[in-house]
Amino acid sequence: MAEVRLMKGNEVIAEAAIRCGCDGYFGYPITPQSEVMETLMIRKPWEETGMVVLQAESEVASINMVYGGASCGKKVMTSSSSPGVSLMQEGITYLAGAEIPALVVNVVRGGPGLGTIQPAQSDYYQTCKGGGHGDYRLIVLAPASVQEMNDFVDLSFELAFKYRNPAMILSDGVIGQMMEKVTLSPYKARWTDEEIEEISGSWATTGKKANRSKNVSTSLELDSDKQEEFNLHLGRKYKAMEENEVRYEKISCDDAEYMFVAYGSSARICQKAIEICRERGIKAGLLRPITLYPFPTKQIKEMVPQLKGVLSVELSMGQMVDDVRLAVNGAIPVEHYGHVGGIIHSPEEIADALETLIIKA
Amino acid sequence: MTEELKDIQKEENIVYKKSSLLTDNVMHYCPGCTHGVVHKLVAEVIEEMGIQGDTIGVSPVGCSVLAYNYIDIDWQEAAHGRAPALATAVSRLHPEKYVFTYQGDGDLASIGCAEIMHACNRGENIVVIFINNAIYGMTGGQMAPTTMIGQVTATTPYGRDVKLNGYNMKITELIAQLPGTCYVTRESAHTPASVRKTKKAIRKAFENAGQNKGTSFVEVVGTCSSGWKLTPEKANEWMVDNSFKEYPLGTMKDE
Ligand SMILES: Cc1ncc(C[n+]2csc(CCOP(=O)(O)OP(=O)(O)O)c2C)c(N)n1
Repeated sequence: MAEVRLMKGNEVIAEAAIRCGCDGYFGYPITPQSEVMETLMIRKPWEETGMVVLQAESEVASINMVYGGASCGKKVMTSSSSPGVSLMQEGITYLAGAEIPALVVNVVRGGPGLGTIQPAQSDYYQTCKGGGHGDYRLIVLAPASVQEMNDFVDLSFELAFKYRNPAMILSDGVIGQMMEKVTLSPYKARWTDEEIEEISGSWATTGKKANRSKNVSTSLELDSDKQEEFNLHLGRKYKAMEENEVRYEKISCDDAEYMFVAYGSSARICQKAIEICRERGIKAGLLRPITLYPFPTKQIKEMVPQLKGVLSVELSMGQMVDDVRLAVNGAIPVEHYGHVGGIIHSPEEIADALETLIIKA
Repeated sequence: MTEELKDIQKEENIVYKKSSLLTDNVMHYCPGCTHGVVHKLVAEVIEEMGIQGDTIGVSPVGCSVLAYNYIDIDWQEAAHGRAPALATAVSRLHPEKYVFTYQGDGDLASIGCAEIMHACNRGENIVVIFINNAIYGMTGGQMAPTTMIGQVTATTPYGRDVKLNGYNMKITELIAQLPGTCYVTRESAHTPASVRKTKKAIRKAFENAGQNKGTSFVEVVGTCSSGWKLTPEKANEWMVDNSFKEYPLGTMKDE
């Protein structure tokens, strides 16, 4: 029978990691996500599944522990919040450059700098447009509920291994801290050495066997021709992700004349804003990107003929709105609305913003 | 090959043979560089212990970034300074494997100072091979934390000046004080005798790892002819006269 519990989003990340057969977690405390490691330390998964948990000396160390562990073909992850994830960017681009699957969870707080410990969605640029150096992409999943915090851990590992690419769960302080009902996933066993050999034997650094040439986890290529070929290879991989992995949800879109685009906590608030709009006689709907990369560009574009305007709602000064504008490509008005600094917009404010920024403008 | 030569090259006559773990790739190291010698020793030890299939090396950013091209084992190429973090995870996830880092002095004592200190302090069951050539070789001979007072480098063109650059760091002495380390030694590789001694130290370090004893740390004081702008022979002399005074050879800890 399914196990249903009332849990915090951050606690669920830990629980889901244990249950999906994660081999290792390496992290460093930072608000508002410290409950992830705290929960793991209370649960002691090393006694139960053999999962390794280690508090590192910094986020720089934790992401590089992830790089080392994941280079062995193991399911390895870390979690942090914005300032910590900034420190991880070098390690993240190394993971992408060495084509190592791994999971990073960012429970976003407001910035720039030390900023606030309150929720924000202001790391969209960092996550989806680079963050680290070089031409690379992360697979980015944006949970809008505690249930999705649970579900996306396993899904992230699945996608990361499918494409040999690091994945990020881009959450925020609201989803990380709130308690909701969650149906926990059934336990999956950790991969055996034989399974790792079968899944990742062509690249995992597990010790050179006599029957194969050495495996090297590296992102270095001094020959420009080869580096270009490698970049083109990555490009083909990202194209395949864009074709196959776009995930999104549409709410009240069938008859919508106006559409919100929002992810994570903002998407939850937009659902209530839709009700308010409809009480006011405005036919509003919501398109919620679940994958921020690959972005549901095509799905937004397809909505354009029936719409009069789009409001992108994000706890930021307007980051995702760039991608919404690219999708709409000037056909109809697109505006951004959002509180920043840790303040969360109310459904009424969002409904009002649709009227003032789009309908009456 | 003449019959005569074939006769001489019989197995029982062989006194020296290249380790089968050293690949045929042409090494990019400059003449006189210490890296090549230490690579050979690492390869020989792994081969002699029969642990090729159970060893994972972590190479640094520095001249030895391409170590993975020369020794035929599985490798991970770390970001600058982070090798001990990678090795930590590999060793924790694979406690039965032999895991070692191979790092230069800029990599280990400057940018990666935090990672090496914490890995050694946690007593990670890893081997650290630390090549101290008192300079940043890879990037063209700039000052390293180990560059000695008065030593001329590309970024200390008038010699290292304490007021401007602070003191040189004797990181191995600090490492020896950390409770997680079981074996800390400083060796060199400039004479046949010192090469043999360094090989023994590396062997001991790997054996310690096999016995789960904690962190074993082998520093090799070396030369950088190109960075120091000296011939290999003169570089060795300079090292004996200068480096050995600041970095005296010997075992600091063996538990
Ligand atoms: C983050 C980062 N900073 C700087 C560099 C440039 N860099 C490459 S090697 C190196 C110094 C290496 O010196 P050392 O560790 O002493 O090794 P050696 O080359 O002397 O063997 C530097 C600064 C880099 N690759 N990455």
